[in-house]
Amino acid sequence: MRRALPFVAALAALALTACGSSSGATTTPGTPASSGSSSAAGPITVFAASSLKESFTAIGAAFEAANPGTKVTFNFGASSTLATQITQKAPADVFASASQKTMDTVTTAGAAASSTVFAVNTMEIATPASPAVPVASLADLARPGVKVVICQKDVPCGAAAQKLFTQNNLTVTPVSEEVDVKAVLSKVVLGEADAGIVYVTDVKAAGAKVVGVVIPKDQNVTTKYPIAPITASTNAITAKAFVDYVLSPVGQQVLAAAGFTSP
Amino acid sequence: MTGTGVEGIVGRVVVSRTDFTLDVDVEVRPGEVVAVLGPNGAGKSTLLRAVCGLTPLTLGSLTLGGVVVDDPARDVLVASSERGVGLVFQDYRLFPHLSVLDNVAFGPRSAGRSRSQSRADAVAWVERLRLTALVDRRPHELSGGQSQRVALARALASSPTALLLDEPTAALDATTRLDVRRDLRDHLHQFAGPTLLVTHDPLDALVLADRIVVLEHGTTTQSGLALDIARRPATPYVATLLGLNLIRGRAHDGDVTVDGGGMLHVADRTLAGDVLVAVRPAAISLHTAQPEGSARNVWPGVVDGVEPLGDRVRLTVTGAPTVLVDVTAGAVAELEVRPGDAVWLSAKATELEVYPG
Amino acid sequence: MTRRDRSSAAPPWPVALPAALSLLFLGLPLLALLIKAPWGRLWSILTSPTSLQALRLSLETASAATVLAFIVGVPLAWVLARAEFPGRRLARALVTVPLVLPPVVGGIALLLAFGRRGIVGQYLDSCCGITLPFTTAGVVVAEAFVAMPFLVITVEGALRGLDTRFEDAAATLGASRLGVFRRVTLPLILPSLAAGGVLTFARALGEFGATITFAGNLPGVTQTLPLAVYVGLEGDPSEAVALSLVLLAVSVIVLVALRDKWLRAGAAS
Repeated sequence: MRRALPFVAALAALALTACGSSSGATTTPGTPASSGSSSAAGPITVFAASSLKESFTAIGAAFEAANPGTKVTFNFGASSTLATQITQKAPADVFASASQKTMDTVTTAGAAASSTVFAVNTMEIATPASPAVPVASLADLARPGVKVVICQKDVPCGAAAQKLFTQNNLTVTPVSEEVDVKAVLSKVVLGEADAGIVYVTDVKAAGAKVVGVVIPKDQNVTTKYPIAPITASTNAITAKAFVDYVLSPVGQQVLAAAGFTSP
Repeated sequence: MTGTGVEGIVGRVVVSRTDFTLDVDVEVRPGEVVAVLGPNGAGKSTLLRAVCGLTPLTLGSLTLGGVVVDDPARDVLVASSERGVGLVFQDYRLFPHLSVLDNVAFGPRSAGRSRSQSRADAVAWVERLRLTALVDRRPHELSGGQSQRVALARALASSPTALLLDEPTAALDATTRLDVRRDLRDHLHQFAGPTLLVTHDPLDALVLADRIVVLEHGTTTQSGLALDIARRPATPYVATLLGLNLIRGRAHDGDVTVDGGGMLHVADRTLAGDVLVAVRPAAISLHTAQPEGSARNVWPGVVDGVEPLGDRVRLTVTGAPTVLVDVTAGAVAELEVRPGDAVWLSAKATELEVYPG
Repeated sequence: MTRRDRSSAAPPWPVALPAALSLLFLGLPLLALLIKAPWGRLWSILTSPTSLQALRLSLETASAATVLAFIVGVPLAWVLARAEFPGRRLARALVTVPLVLPPVVGGIALLLAFGRRGIVGQYLDSCCGITLPFTTAGVVVAEAFVAMPFLVITVEGALRGLDTRFEDAAATLGASRLGVFRRVTLPLILPSLAAGGVLTFARALGEFGATITFAGNLPGVTQTLPLAVYVGLEGDPSEAVALSLVLLAVSVIVLVALRDKWLRAGAAS
């Protein structure tokens, strides 16, 4: 919760100003100013990629504050797993994914109409706070004796890691392919892994527990994060309102503070 | 550590239990069969367990074959497996996962002999106890009498220097018991070492043993030869239990020729050969003159001993055969019977029970 | 007036109805697995390199875990059943903890103990270069941790139930303590050993949480069949279903074998 504090503080201030302006027309790109954040009410469930955990939790709290009567519940996990659940008719109202590919499976299945990219993430190497083996660059990961942990290849961060390696002509043999990015992070935090490929947002969220090794822009891969309301949602109005909120300056500020870049 | 077996089982066995303390002096010479007779709860099984090493002594000491096997004061305790004592359990305890042959071979096998050697030893015992037809059977396929013989064979096959038996006939039905008792007596007398058996059945003691020790509530109340104990019972228990005349003889068509003189007529005409005739002292009538009447057995005798036993008097009457006779104190007074008096005895044939012996 | 049918063994409906419902409850998901399986592609999925790799790894590690459980578990069962020592009840409670602990929690605990920074693990690493996380040996350790209690409890129960009569008899016949154990105790508890072993193997085979947390997930090294199923869900759910069938088949085989052992044990005693 400590990590979420700066975000909560930031948007608490923003929310106050938003509430303060009585005829508040929230400018959301691409959507008409709705007279009703007041028409948003009731509960929604947001399925979001693990890497969105800290930022979306903060956005959810702010959304609830800005729209009294609403309740946002999150289901964080690997985007691919969430996509499978949604296509199996899991009760989701909104889907925020860490890859266009997984979002496409959802739209192709007809569970969502169309998606909008709301954030961009890049990769970073996470190393333990007191490392046993020094890791200073991407090339170090190919050294023998370095325990590298990445996400499983069907998971967006795993696909990104694989792309990272092929793009830079590196042969890296990981010791484990975890099921989501937070599991990779925990292996690094526990000191079991010497290096893990995670998102920059994860490194930022982990604070002092890990030491991040920046990947230069020319070596790095970017991942687009799309968001979409689910067609079968029982609370379409609130779902759409949440999507709009994420895309609004308020939401974007939170995401930027977390380390995302704007689309 | 089995010693030479020269001195038999000797010692003072003291074992503290929760409800009583067993305190018995034991002496069984090689070749001797001693029966410890007592009611349930007297401590008989505890005594056996102490001798074979399954229960340690609290006090006293125990020597087997000249070797001290248990002496708490000197901190000597030889394990059960090292004492060379064969124990035939009341519930036989044949190993359910082994055949009869492998059960009997267990002792030699544990001593380190090879499987074929052990089995050869076992076969010898199996034949001696007439179990050859049963060698491949499993224990659950055997009858009570067969199980008992297997248990005995198994104990003997381990070449024990002493043999212990726990209630040898208790688990058998009445008819089997008779056959088994006779068989057992032969085998026990062939065994060269000391044999200690415990039982609550007086017939076991009388038929199988040379000497009897009566155990009541942890202590010996009487010990000695069967006839001596029966003649002068020290406690009411002994009096009731051993109040039985057992007379050996040879039967033929209802007539029993008594060893040592005399003839008895019994109701069972089918038995022939060596028999035991049992007649309760209370079933024999005492007369001062030769009686008339239907009793088929009438013979003269001389009163040898008079023993008051609470509500009655037990007379030892020497004759052909010599018997114990129980009469009321009043009758003794009325007939003015004294040691040395000549009397007549009568017993109905129906009161005499005959067993093959 | 209703007449009770004395000859029928049919249970009364207040019992039969819930029984039928629970049978349905247990059977329906398994039936669904069979119905929804991709029967057309089944063979190609199951014979793919990843599947065969996962299956082989699962069988190897579960077997190794079972053997490990026997080696350390049977003496433990003996001590718990026969020896008197202070803290015996605590020891027995300790043995049952992995049974109630969520497997992932077990995995975390194993990391904290045997991981690179673990209280014991750090010494294993520095002195002998032994690391367990991310290795196949780590999988065996994780599986043994969750499955061994089954063996210990089964064997302890058998040893308790086996009263000492036969062991006493064997002692009087001259058998040493080891001889008694080899020739009498062991043969008599053999059915329970077998049943315990089968249960242990089945539990080890199906272990997921502790394995993935402690040993990680890498095809060919630590990706056992349950992990492959979970990972398969992310890529191709029907592949996951196909692999699940393999686990289901193995479980059924194990249970059938177990049932026979129980029956034979019942007949012999």
